[in-house]
Amino acid sequence: MKSAVIVFPGSNREGDVARALKLVTGSEPAHIWHADTALPAGTDLVVLPGGFSYGDYLRCGAIAGRAPIMDAVRAHAARGGLVLGICNGFQILCESGLLPGLLMRNAQLRFICKDVFLRVERSDTAFTRGYNAGQVIRVPVAHGEGNYAADAETIARLEGEGRVLFRYTDPSGQLDPKWNVNGAINAIAGIVNEGGNVLGLMPHPENHVDPSIGPTDGRGLFAGLAEAVKRAA
Amino acid sequence: MAMKARVTVTLKNGVLDPQGKAIEGALKSLGVAGITSVRQGKVFEIEVAGDDKASAEAALKQAAEKLLANTVVENYRIELVG
Repeated sequence: MKSAVIVFPGSNREGDVARALKLVTGSEPAHIWHADTALPAGTDLVVLPGGFSYGDYLRCGAIAGRAPIMDAVRAHAARGGLVLGICNGFQILCESGLLPGLLMRNAQLRFICKDVFLRVERSDTAFTRGYNAGQVIRVPVAHGEGNYAADAETIARLEGEGRVLFRYTDPSGQLDPKWNVNGAINAIAGIVNEGGNVLGLMPHPENHVDPSIGPTDGRGLFAGLAEAVKRAA
Repeated sequence: MAMKARVTVTLKNGVLDPQGKAIEGALKSLGVAGITSVRQGKVFEIEVAGDDKASAEAALKQAAEKLLANTVVENYRIELVG
């Protein structure tokens, strides 16, 4: 799988996700600067990493969502290419129009940095084929603006089309407001676009991939993506 | 010749504003009486070249729609102030 990690001024998780991709899929991603206008030929997966692009000025992801490289990312997505936005990357996808809705300030107004539990809602997508439907995974979050919001019509469409892939739950997979860390509507942690090839999620699966430093529940996402690319080839 | 403009961005009605709520709470705890609700927004002070009002307004509208406001949850208001 050929991957490209987009680096914006203020990104800070590009190294984490590059390391996870190398560790799980065996291939090193290219790092692409935000001011570039093209992706390397043959790119299968584009990753928008976490961080604080442009210092979170104006709104999280607002300026990055309009950076020069984003036209190439939009074209890649329109061709059916895979795009993964994690944390600030999810905010950028919403601001760029590749995903609906947006991420608001956490309902409790605090920056949250801890492990959470996610229920994987379905396993028949490129992003979740490494998991079983209903499986609960433990991954960390680190954000101040992760409270997913959209108008009622958009939420109804996302739910009706099965486009919510990850939800915050308790450790047994039950919905519980106490475990919905940022107050996101319907406990939404990750959604895909209409084509199912663009995923945005707030938690950081790339940080739980190495058994020497803890749980490895994040591996399934990257392993599943590599498998999906291999099968499509 | 340049014109001054102000673009005000506010949250739409019904959108939860946790920052506004926190400010509202802080005002209550400061003992400021009579305040029943606070909503936080942003103000942009912008200078536009030229003296053609219509083209300034068109540029400001474009700025607001393309970047200054996220129209999913925010409204904007444009004023030419001199």
